[in-house]
Amino acid sequence: MPNTIPARARPAMLTSRAVQARAADRDLVAAFVLLALLAATPLVLSAFGQEFWTDVVLRAMILAIAAASLNFLIGLGGLVSLGHAAFLGIGGYATGILADFDIDNGFIQLAAVLGASALFALVTGMVALRTKGVHFIMITLAFAQMVYFTMIGLRQFGGDDGLTINYTSMFGGFDLGRKDTLYYVVLAVLAVVMLGYARLRKSDFGLLLKAAKGNERRVSAVGFDPYRYRLAAYVVAGMTCALAGFLDANFTSFVTPGSMSWITSAELIFIVIVGGVATICGPIVGALVFLLIEEIMGGVTVYWHFWFGLFLIAIVLFARNGLVGLLTGGRR
Amino acid sequence: MSLALEVRDLNKFFGGLHATRNVSMAVPKGELHAVIGPNGAGKTTLISQLFGELRPNSGQVLVDGRDVTHRPVHERAGLGMARSFQITTLVRDLSVGENVILALLARRGHAGRFWRRVDRNAELQDAAGLALARIGMDPSHLPRRVSDLSHGEQRLLELAIALVGEPSLILLDEPMAGLGSEESRAMTRLLAQLKGKTTVLLVEHDMEAVFELADRLTVLVRGEVVAVGTPDQIRNDERVREAYLGEDA
Ligand SMILES: Nc1ncnc2c1ncn2[C@@H]1O[C@H](COP(=O)(O)OP(=O)(O)OP(=O)(O)O)[C@@H](O)[C@H]1O
Ligand SMILES: [Mg+2]
Repeated sequence: MPNTIPARARPAMLTSRAVQARAADRDLVAAFVLLALLAATPLVLSAFGQEFWTDVVLRAMILAIAAASLNFLIGLGGLVSLGHAAFLGIGGYATGILADFDIDNGFIQLAAVLGASALFALVTGMVALRTKGVHFIMITLAFAQMVYFTMIGLRQFGGDDGLTINYTSMFGGFDLGRKDTLYYVVLAVLAVVMLGYARLRKSDFGLLLKAAKGNERRVSAVGFDPYRYRLAAYVVAGMTCALAGFLDANFTSFVTPGSMSWITSAELIFIVIVGGVATICGPIVGALVFLLIEEIMGGVTVYWHFWFGLFLIAIVLFARNGLVGLLTGGRR
Repeated sequence: MSLALEVRDLNKFFGGLHATRNVSMAVPKGELHAVIGPNGAGKTTLISQLFGELRPNSGQVLVDGRDVTHRPVHERAGLGMARSFQITTLVRDLSVGENVILALLARRGHAGRFWRRVDRNAELQDAAGLALARIGMDPSHLPRRVSDLSHGEQRLLELAIALVGEPSLILLDEPMAGLGSEESRAMTRLLAQLKGKTTVLLVEHDMEAVFELADRLTVLVRGEVVAVGTPDQIRNDERVREAYLGEDA
């Protein structure tokens, strides 16, 4: 075969790869547009006296941070955890328990949130990541249920009634719980998480995770230990999700064992799938849709989960890459 | 003469099946050593034990005089071993370039960076292009998805990836499996270029290619070594003719 023209001097071939690449670019552009819209949302909604909906969007953003951390595991690593909500609870309880001991220093709380979640991820990940497929799903579920029942049992921290958090986090003179600023703090964290994901998936680390998902044998054969990189991903995802729990504790001033039940974990998976696995915008789109359906259908019928289920089935059948895939025309 | 690979009394059982029977081998540095034998003789099982994907029940594997019997696959790769697979083993939903870059990153030992973009790294892309050029594939194939490649192209890509980073010991499991005669000849030429530069253990059914390429051969029948020698010695070995070559002669 002739080998004279350098590859990069040639026009890109119109392959499925090119189509995929353009879908990914649109996904990134959409992320910036969405973040800008989210920044304007409180102003617009308060102009119309709709502060209630600002809170819904804020909740969606917190949920989206948690979902994005799961999307990182599922989308890049192919690691479907059914216990991811445990990290939401760990973040919430680390904050709430410290506040219960009158420690409202945000720096200390944040260190506890990140430290506890990293440790939990490391220990459970070391076991869970030795398994594959349905075993991985069951083991992550089992670990999460252990924490869930532990918190139900701990009466001094509210048991199954949950724990009311009397002090929001103080960062020096800055009160994280202030409603007018919390929205923008959460938006900033969401932006970092979304753009961080966009970068990660094109990095060495992202390539390795994707390759290990596609063909583990190949990855070992070239000289990488897939386990080590998956564990790193698992810890990063767990810490990110715990951060969402920390923000949620400051938003609701409340944390319940329910935040880490398997149902919450399943909802996170719903959000990732509805939004679009392995996309940048999927988690926020999925979270917005999830909460809108809950708010709107929840007001009409107590069976809203039924309608959400139907919606999920439709998405899985007709839009294999979720709503974002539908909009950007990408394929997985 | 120092040995690139030494195998001592290797045994592997699959339940009651004795798939590797007291196999011992000594392959000097720079030799192209072929392993031949009928279907089910245990050739792939042997390679998998040499590379660490299967644990032997007993015996030892030494690479460059170092005992690697209990080392995991990725560490053996780090010691300069590479293998290709009888059944193509590539990441099918990634591009050709990404598959090659994966190997480049591993060989250079500085992967796992969170922030460096591999897709825009000109140096990595160029190195990947060079890796393809070595097996006569044009760099314009880099952005193609592996699943869009022909079978022959995938076999070549496996070889290209095995060659990344100049491994000192390459285990090739039927690189010509499923190739047309033209493609087989091209592959034979590529393997001939490796001779003397690196140590190669070649498992192959294409006898024409094997006898043309090999410095020495080991004949495996039902998990057991029945003969070792130069192509001429093997061709004239009575037991080999009986056990193996006789079948198609
Ligand atoms: N994982 C396994 N579990 C059980 N038996 C196995 C396993 N792998 C291989 N075998 C058996 O071990 C024997 C040797 O198989 P192997 O694949 O090593 O042969 P081979 O020489 O590579 O054959 P071929 O030329 O067809 O590739 C065969 O009888 C095979 O059925
Ligand atoms: Mg075989």
